[in-house]
Amino acid sequence: MTAATPARPTGLRAFLAHGAYVLRDNPVTLIAFALFLFIVFCAVFGPLLAPYDPLESNAARALQPPSADHWFGTDSLGRDVFSRVLVATRLDLAISVAAVALSFCAGSAIGAAAGYWGGWVDAVTGRVVDTIMAFPLFVLAMGIVAALGNTVENIVYATAIINLPFYARVARAEVAIRREAGFAQAARLAGNSDLRVLALHIFPNALPPMMVQLSLNMGWAILNAAGLSFIGLGVRPPTPEWGIMVAEGANFIVSGEWWLAIFPGLALMLAVFTFNLLGDGLRDLVDPRRRT
Amino acid sequence: MTALLDVSDLRVEFATRHGVVSAVQDVSFTLEKGETLGVVGESGSGKSVTSYAVMRILDRGGRIAEGRVSYAGVDLRAASEREMGAIRGREIGMIFQNPRAALNPIRKVGRQIGDVLIRHARATRQTAHDRAVEALRAVEIRNPEARAHAYPFELSGGMCQRVVIALALACDPRLLIADEPTTGLDVTTQKAVMDLIAGLTRARGMSAILITHDLGLAAAYCDRIAVMKDGQVVETAPSAQVFARPAHAYTAKLMRATARPGARLRDLLETPKPEAPRPAPGAALLVVESLAKTFADGVRAVKGVSFTIREGESLGLVGESGCGKSTTSSMVMRLLDPSSGRILLGGEDIGTVPAAHFPRDRRRGAIQMVFQDATDSLNPRFTARRAIADPLMRLTALGGRERAAKVEALAEQVGLPLHLLDRFPHQLSGGQKARVGIARALATSPKLLILDEPTAALDVSIQAVVLNLLADLRAELGMSYLFVSHDLHVVRLLCDRVMVMRGGEIVEEGDAETVMERPAHPYTRSLLDAAPVPPALAAETPLMETARCAP
Amino acid sequence: MAESGGHGVGGAAGVMGGSAPYARRGPSPTALGRWLKGERLGEDAAIALAAGRAAARARARMIGRRVLLSLPALVGVVIVSFVLTRALPGDPAAYFAGPAADAQSIAEIRAQLGLDRSLPEQFLVYVGDLLGGDLGQSISTGQPVLEELARRLPASLELTLSALILSTLVAVPLGVAAAARQGTWVDHACRAVVTAGVSLPTFFTGIALVYVFYYVLGWAPAPLGRLDLLYFPPEPVTGFYTVDAVLAGELETLRGALAQLALPAVTLALFTMAPLARMARAAMLEALGSDYVRTARAAGLSPTRVLYGVAFSNAMLPVVTTLGMVFSFTLGANVLVEKVFAWPGVGSYAVEALVVSDYAAVQGFVLAMAVLFVALNLLIDVIYTLIDPRTRQGA
Repeated sequence: MTAATPARPTGLRAFLAHGAYVLRDNPVTLIAFALFLFIVFCAVFGPLLAPYDPLESNAARALQPPSADHWFGTDSLGRDVFSRVLVATRLDLAISVAAVALSFCAGSAIGAAAGYWGGWVDAVTGRVVDTIMAFPLFVLAMGIVAALGNTVENIVYATAIINLPFYARVARAEVAIRREAGFAQAARLAGNSDLRVLALHIFPNALPPMMVQLSLNMGWAILNAAGLSFIGLGVRPPTPEWGIMVAEGANFIVSGEWWLAIFPGLALMLAVFTFNLLGDGLRDLVDPRRRT
Repeated sequence: MTALLDVSDLRVEFATRHGVVSAVQDVSFTLEKGETLGVVGESGSGKSVTSYAVMRILDRGGRIAEGRVSYAGVDLRAASEREMGAIRGREIGMIFQNPRAALNPIRKVGRQIGDVLIRHARATRQTAHDRAVEALRAVEIRNPEARAHAYPFELSGGMCQRVVIALALACDPRLLIADEPTTGLDVTTQKAVMDLIAGLTRARGMSAILITHDLGLAAAYCDRIAVMKDGQVVETAPSAQVFARPAHAYTAKLMRATARPGARLRDLLETPKPEAPRPAPGAALLVVESLAKTFADGVRAVKGVSFTIREGESLGLVGESGCGKSTTSSMVMRLLDPSSGRILLGGEDIGTVPAAHFPRDRRRGAIQMVFQDATDSLNPRFTARRAIADPLMRLTALGGRERAAKVEALAEQVGLPLHLLDRFPHQLSGGQKARVGIARALATSPKLLILDEPTAALDVSIQAVVLNLLADLRAELGMSYLFVSHDLHVVRLLCDRVMVMRGGEIVEEGDAETVMERPAHPYTRSLLDAAPVPPALAAETPLMETARCAP
Repeated sequence: MAESGGHGVGGAAGVMGGSAPYARRGPSPTALGRWLKGERLGEDAAIALAAGRAAARARARMIGRRVLLSLPALVGVVIVSFVLTRALPGDPAAYFAGPAADAQSIAEIRAQLGLDRSLPEQFLVYVGDLLGGDLGQSISTGQPVLEELARRLPASLELTLSALILSTLVAVPLGVAAAARQGTWVDHACRAVVTAGVSLPTFFTGIALVYVFYYVLGWAPAPLGRLDLLYFPPEPVTGFYTVDAVLAGELETLRGALAQLALPAVTLALFTMAPLARMARAAMLEALGSDYVRTARAAGLSPTRVLYGVAFSNAMLPVVTTLGMVFSFTLGANVLVEKVFAWPGVGSYAVEALVVSDYAAVQGFVLAMAVLFVALNLLIDVIYTLIDPRTRQGA
């Protein structure tokens, strides 16, 4: 793509300027990006920053309410809830990132192929996606984990499978509306093979809506993974994980020890909220038509 | 006698994210009873906004900032929303472009008309249906009783526009505002719809405002014409006078740029230029033999067409929507596989190479295309430079530096300033995008260029420039053109020969002048009759001939 | 995907528009009325009447088509369920035989379960069992799975339906108001609800509500099931305690059942409100910006009529389509909410079965939910076909 090189510096600068514009224009997006960086920071450095060992129990300080020593209080075994919430960030994020990455790659590939070639490719992938969608998705994930075995990897696979239809559908729709677009025809006239037209011309233009879907699904994937561990699938105690911590804390809520369940729940909510906010911001950033 | 509608010093503002923008300013005009006023202007001139302001149905964020709008003595700016509701539909009816979208998709058309009748107390629930059928009969819809039960999606575009007219006229308003009522309709449908509007308004003694970008249409149907540019009225005068003695330079330019009988390609330009020489046709370049296409759903889009394009020759392919002209050009272009027939390019049958494999064929570069919608035909994520370079990368063996030089040479050839090369399509104007599209088509030095309505999406003044550019390029490079269009007058400017297509078949073929002056086939004649034509300019023909366009 | 437009789970797939009351009528009421009175009809009226009858036939055909279209989904569901039951970790026979079993008893159990036969044969047996209503036995309770599911299903349905009704009643007006008054506080409130709603983990909302309304305020009863021990369950008719209590005239029991139902239903409703409100707002905005709304305004129809008569009826179609997606979310979230509130429905049955690795029960639950969901989607599609005239175009 040497022809594009002269354009690149200006292109990059324009992109950054546009990014700055989007952030200035919409403070909510700015907040979302800041939260996102904060969550990534916690995931990377959480174990280093945690004031206590998240697994170390101490019966003497069990079920203490939040205090200066234990910001989020302690649980029934005397473990520091703050440390556990912080350390859990990495695992929760890893599960959902892995699941979303898997389903994004697979879903967009089959969706794009179905949208571009149509015919039997479309018919077959359509049937597969329809079958997945014929299940209530969380229930299907339960069934998959129950069938494949109760492990963290299987949580990832199950979450990936139930996310797949969303990417496949968006990719198919976005590719199909551009299949006969003027610029795709022009690319064919310029000597691009079908694969090139799809990969270099159509797919990049289908990316903006897919990015929004990606961000929204990230939140949904976190919710699903945490939901599965809440009902006792995947992650096993004593591993710190938000869903399982909420499940453990639920037993104490009726007796008033609220901090056990509320703090991991809030952390989970914050993460999902961030990705949902990010969705709209991402769309503004990647859509060149909004650059002015 | 006071004017029915009196608009003075109107200014309309829109709140956008770049602050408040004036869409229309200092607009003044009057409309007498029984008079038809044409508001003419190019896109973005504020002609639609003006009419929406009169009706007070501006989009969210728009407001009348200054001025007076008075209808039959009533100050519409000061009227309450309730009073406006009584005026809309009963006193002033309005029809829009894109009639299909203008009707509620899930309500039977008879009921939609009935709603309006009931609203303005012209009918009760019991009589609404019969009155709606009457309204449909008034717009000359056959079988109105049955049509009243149809949903908009079951009707053709022209039929939908008749329904919209019936809806607008159901309560016998005294003023009809028609906002581009025939844009997107075929030329014969356009004539039928316009004749209907003209007939009804005249019979009912109504006043009308016709908003259009088409000077010819305005000339044919309006008593007076107001020309708008950049939100202002630059000239208002009786139709005949506007054409005979345009007072404003912009009006003159607009009229000059409109394709019309007697005018040559160069006459369309502001600054005169010597006519581009037409290359003498050489040997046969493209021979199409009994080309046919039947789609999977059984539709026979093209039923065996044959024609020849010689080297350096420009052939026009004219027809209304659905006649098969696009399918034909797609097959010749090798984007679509024909069902039967041969496509010979320089004696070789390229029709045998499947469309899916043709991008890699060595003859790909020899046939290129300029698309109808320049915006749609440019990848939104590619700069102009990248778009023009794309065919060079795929189809030529040029190195990086040679390619960069070639891109700039092409840009110069089509008159695209080099600093625009690093812009994305959305940063370019319509005319600039058209130039990028032409430069890209020229990149591989094609022998045959297919022009698929290349100016249909452009304003008339830009259309004139682009058509001239295409004529110059043909003279310079000796290419052959297949020019696909719905507009016979535009085709005549650029083509040596013309084919008229209808229902998948070619009904007439011949020398461009001959077909235009002495059409042999009745369909060609009806096409020519239907196309509204502005009177020839005073300088070109005696003034008397303009009389034919007076209503 | 090929059928996504028609198959109700398409979510936001198509903004197709539609309206209920007018589309259902076949022939024109006036024409039909005159015909019934024995008047001779003009040619036009006769055509209209015939068109009406043809439309009714087309409608019936379309509904038949919808039913047929849901069959592949059902077949897919059964195949996936079969694969899931046969994909149990390790050797199911060894698993069912228990840890103390020797090789011979494992082989016996394998033969007994039919696991020694080929997969296609096993599939046929599986389908045969399903047709006979046999979902296997729960190893923890020893009861047939189908029987237990059937017994617990009313509790889940009561919860799900009350939550859906609640969220529709709040979300649709909210979304419509937000679109009608774009940029005002209603709009901001709507967006807050939407963004917060999709970010709230249901199990967390449930626990937070329990803490506030049970522990702190003491307004709600203990989150333990459908009815406090003080009350006797009403005579079962529908299986819905609230409805049954009304039927039996036991108002105290109704109060008790409603008190128990309130928190879980609100929890579930909060979760389903977001997609509904979002779609209602988006569809309404699109309708309000459409050309046909402009036509209606230009014709002088009153603002109320434009908003509710024209825009709203068109905007409700995508909302109906969204209901499919919402059902999917609800049936999943149900599991979590039932666990939090110890609600004796099918979801908590599945969770209990999961804990003790009772796989037949879990897979029976998955299959039952899938079949229920397919049926719900079919219902949504049929409703859609009835209210949108354009879906009948192809028939």
